[in-house]
Amino acid sequence: MRLLLMALIIAMAAGLAYAILSLPAESAGLSVYTTENIAISGVTNPVTAVLLNYRAYDTFLELGVLLLALLGVWSLGSTATASQRPSAPGPVLDNLARVLVPILIVVAGYLFWAGAYIPGGAFQAGAVLGAAGVLLILAGWRINHRLVGLPLRISLVLGLVVFAVVGTLFMLTDRQFLEFPPQYAGVLILLIEGLATLSIGIALAALFLGADPEEDDN
Amino acid sequence: MEALTQLQLAFDVVLVLTLLGLAWQALTSPELFRAIVLFIAFGLLMALVWVRLAAPDVALAEAAIGAGLTGALLLTTLSKLAKQTDKSSRENNKDIIAPSAASTDE
Repeated sequence: MRLLLMALIIAMAAGLAYAILSLPAESAGLSVYTTENIAISGVTNPVTAVLLNYRAYDTFLELGVLLLALLGVWSLGSTATASQRPSAPGPVLDNLARVLVPILIVVAGYLFWAGAYIPGGAFQAGAVLGAAGVLLILAGWRINHRLVGLPLRISLVLGLVVFAVVGTLFMLTDRQFLEFPPQYAGVLILLIEGLATLSIGIALAALFLGADPEEDDN
Repeated sequence: MEALTQLQLAFDVVLVLTLLGLAWQALTSPELFRAIVLFIAFGLLMALVWVRLAAPDVALAEAAIGAGLTGALLLTTLSKLAKQTDKSSRENNKDIIAPSAASTDE
């Protein structure tokens, strides 16, 4: 068994090495097309242009995958372990959370805003928001019970829904799904990224919480 | 300039070797907590590798999601696993564990 595994790993490593060695040494890839069309993409950071404009479909589906993962966790949900805290957080953790969470929110806002022209963007900003959520959960904070039902669910799907609505809206004016008119592309990307940041952050924190907080309440 | 390139090459080599070493240790470590901590360290170094490959976007995502959130998720899973195995082993070996625990106290 171990030998078979070893042989498989060696074969895979050899295949990967062959693939890398057989790559053309100097290749521009698709970067030429990316920089040629950057002016009509609405942003100046090529990575954001690819993620939110040229290949918006991939990002759209990624948001869906994240929600599906959360659904999977919620359907497994043993709520007992998620809500029970063995002890109250110590003063260090409590104070650290109170200091760090506002900073993390500002950092997330910066990353989201900076994504238009330098590295950053919705997923990075969302991950930082999610980390803030994890810190809050660890420090013993819970979502207000009035917000765990519909409001939580709406904020979870908001990014995906607005993405889909914006994507289909311009099909009325003879465009493809997720094809943005160049003059509005910047604003639309900002809108989608902002809401996606929020949804991603909440989804990641909810993943850490582990179970549907609405059921936890009952 | 020449010295700088040499230095960068040396840094890259050390980075790759450390990464491989961490990956190996994380996979083979019998203790799960240790494996998770090694995995988090692996994620942080992986973010450095992405920076060296001039992909700061991926580096940001790797540091935040790969090292931070995945690590946190793995650690909660571990604590839940430990709780469950504790409970089941206590239920199964109630008679065996109780006396031995008492004897170690003495």
